[in-house]
Amino acid sequence: MPAPSVAPALGSIASDERWVENRPTAGRRALDVRELWAFRELAWFLASRDVRVRYKQAALGLCWAILQPLAGAAVLTLVFQRFTNVSSGTASYQSFAFCGLAVWTYYSTSLNSVTASLVTNSSLVTKVYFPRLAVPLSALLPGLIDLGVALTVLLVGLLIFGQLPGIAVLTLPLWTVALVVATIGPGLLLATLNVRYRDVHHAFGLLIQLWFFASPVAYPSTVVDGGWRYVYALNPVSTVLDGFRWALLKAPAPGLPAAVSAAVAAVLAWAGLRYFVAAERRFSDII
Amino acid sequence: MTSPVISVDSVSKRYLLGEQHSSVRDVVDDLGGILRRRRGRRTPPNELWALRDVSLEVDEGEAVGIIGRNGAGKSTLLKVLTRITEPTAGASRTRGRMGALLEVGTGFHTELTGRENVFLNGAIIGMSRREVRRRFDEIVEFAAVEQFIDTPVKRYSSGMYLRLAFAVAAHLDADIMVVDEVLAVGDAEFQRKCLAKMAEVERSGRTILFVSHNIEAVARLCQRVVWLDRGHLVLDGPTNDVVDGYLSSSLESDTGAPIEAEAGAPLIVERFQVRDQDGRVGMVMRRNEPFIIEVDVLLQHEVDLDVSVVVDTVRGGRLLDEAWTDTNAQRKRPPGRYRFTLVVPPVLNAGDYSVGLWIGSSYDTYVWVESAILLHLEGETHGRPERGLQLELRWDVDYEPVTVGQS
Repeated sequence: MPAPSVAPALGSIASDERWVENRPTAGRRALDVRELWAFRELAWFLASRDVRVRYKQAALGLCWAILQPLAGAAVLTLVFQRFTNVSSGTASYQSFAFCGLAVWTYYSTSLNSVTASLVTNSSLVTKVYFPRLAVPLSALLPGLIDLGVALTVLLVGLLIFGQLPGIAVLTLPLWTVALVVATIGPGLLLATLNVRYRDVHHAFGLLIQLWFFASPVAYPSTVVDGGWRYVYALNPVSTVLDGFRWALLKAPAPGLPAAVSAAVAAVLAWAGLRYFVAAERRFSDII
Repeated sequence: MTSPVISVDSVSKRYLLGEQHSSVRDVVDDLGGILRRRRGRRTPPNELWALRDVSLEVDEGEAVGIIGRNGAGKSTLLKVLTRITEPTAGASRTRGRMGALLEVGTGFHTELTGRENVFLNGAIIGMSRREVRRRFDEIVEFAAVEQFIDTPVKRYSSGMYLRLAFAVAAHLDADIMVVDEVLAVGDAEFQRKCLAKMAEVERSGRTILFVSHNIEAVARLCQRVVWLDRGHLVLDGPTNDVVDGYLSSSLESDTGAPIEAEAGAPLIVERFQVRDQDGRVGMVMRRNEPFIIEVDVLLQHEVDLDVSVVVDTVRGGRLLDEAWTDTNAQRKRPPGRYRFTLVVPPVLNAGDYSVGLWIGSSYDTYVWVESAILLHLEGETHGRPERGLQLELRWDVDYEPVTVGQS
C-alpha cells in the first residue's frame, strides 16, 4: 500500500507500482511499522476528532481538565487528611493528591478509551482498510491535553506558593512517556479482548476501581516498605506516580523497584502488541 | 493499455456462524498461540463460504460491475480486494492506489461541522490533508452545502448529509475505485448526480469495480459484468450477456425467497413469490400482462392481521404499497393457513423492481422485508425507462379549425 499522501498521476498507473497482496497469513504476523507510519495522519485525525468532540457543547470546555482532579483532590484531602492523617512527605497533601489524580485521570480515561476504541470505531474497522493499530494508539493522545493543562495549573500553583520544584522537573517528559507506555500494554490487551468479548467493557469499571486503590494516588507509596516494595512495583503505575511527584513535588525519587515496573510495562506492551497484531486480521469478521 | 491491475486468484472466504463468542478456552488458545506458535484446531461449529474459489482479472481502465442476489458474496469480494478482511484461501492482488467506497460517510461524526467531517472522512478514505484542501471548494460545491459548511452535521437534513458524504468520496483520486451500493441511498436527483459523477470517473480512465442491485445503473456504467451466486462466480463477460443470463436464471432457481419473521411473531411465512396468470413462478414477468404476488402464511394464534406488499423501483421510489385491509375490514383472524393473492394489473413500466412484504397487527410488525424479490418486467419502455408507470391513459382532444394570421 503506497503512503496515502503520495498521489500518483491521475489515470495512469506507473508500471513500477508495486502489487499489494492479500492472502491468508501463515504463521506469525509481523508488525508493519512503515505502513503504520504512512497512516500517521489518520491516527492524528482520529485523535483530534476525539478532542473536538469531547468539548463540543461543553460550556466549561477545557476547564474540566482542571476541575476534575481539583474536586477529586478536595475529596481525598477531606477523607485521608482529616480522618486518617496519611503523610504526604514534603509537599502539602492537596498538591500531592492533585498531582496523583492528574496522572491517574490520564491513566484511567485513556485506558478506558483505548479499550473501547475498536468497538466505538467499528464502522471504520469493517468498511475501510488501515493498520488497525492506528485506532488504539490515537486513543492515547487526547488525554495528554488534559494532563498537560492540569500539570501546568499545578506548576503555577507551586510557583505562587513558593514551592519551586527542583531540577528533577526536567524529567517530566520521561515520566509522561513512561505513563503512555504503561497504558499501551493493558490497553491493547483489553481492546483486543473487547472485540470479541464485550464483557471487558463491563468488567472495566471494577478493574479500574481496584487498580485505583492498588496505586499510590491517595496515599504515598512509602506506606509499603521492605521487600514488599518490589511486589508493589509490579504495578507500573505506582512508579510512574512516584516519578511525577519526584519531578514536581520533591518527593523521594523512585528507587530500585522502578526496574521491576519498567520490566512489567515493557513485557505488557510487547504482549499487548503481539496479541493485537495476531488477532487484528479477524477484527472485521468478528467485531 | 491492457495491463492487469486487479488479480483475484482462487479466493475463498469462510465465515463461522453462530457461536462467535466462543468459550474462554478460545482466548486462552489465542493467547497461548502467540507464545507457543501453535493454534488449537477447533472444529468450526457452522460455517458459511461467502466466496468459493473465485478468480478474475481486471485490466487498467475497465469498469466492471458485480451483480448477484443478497448473500452472493459481492461485498465480501470487495472486502477481500480492499484488504479489510483476509481470504481463507487464495490471494487477491491489486496495483495502484485503491479508493474504497463501501459506505458513504464512514467515520462522520454528528457533533463535528461539515468542514471538520470533510477532512476527517478524507483522511479515513485515504486522502492527505493537502489533497482535501485542494479539492475542498469542489467538494462543497458538489454537495451544495456552502452555507452550512461550518454547522455541525447533526443539524443537516439527511439529504445534505448524504450529499456531503458522497461528495468527499467522489473527489478521491484513486487508480482503482471500488464502489458498493452507495447509490442505493438518497433521492432520485442525487442518484442521477452520483451516476453522472461515476461515469465521469470512468471516462477519466480509472478502473472501477461497481457493486449494485440496480441492474440499469450497472448496465449503463460497465462494459463487463461478473455474476456471483452463493460465493461462486457464475459468469464473467460482456454486460448484456451476463445481465441476460442473470435475469433469466431467476426463472429456474428457487424464487420463493425465505422470509424471516421477527422473533416472537405468531406466524411463519411459508412462501412469498411472484407468478404469472398461468402459474409460472419466476422473477421475470411480462410487462403487458398482469402478474400475481402470493403470500402463504401459517398463523399460529389469533391476531389482528394485516398484510401489505410494496413495490419499489430500483432507484428507491415506492410505486405500490397495497394493504390487505384497504379492501377488507375484518382484521381479527383465527389461526390457520392463509394464502393472500394480489393481482397487479399491467401498469408498471418495463424494468427492475423490488417487491417487499410487511405483515403485522395494529401494534406490531411481524415481518418487514423491504426488498425480498428482485422483479424484472420484460417489455418495451418506448424509450422512456425513467417513468415508473406505463398506464396508457386515454387522451381526449378537442379540435376546431382556426384560420391563423388573418383578421
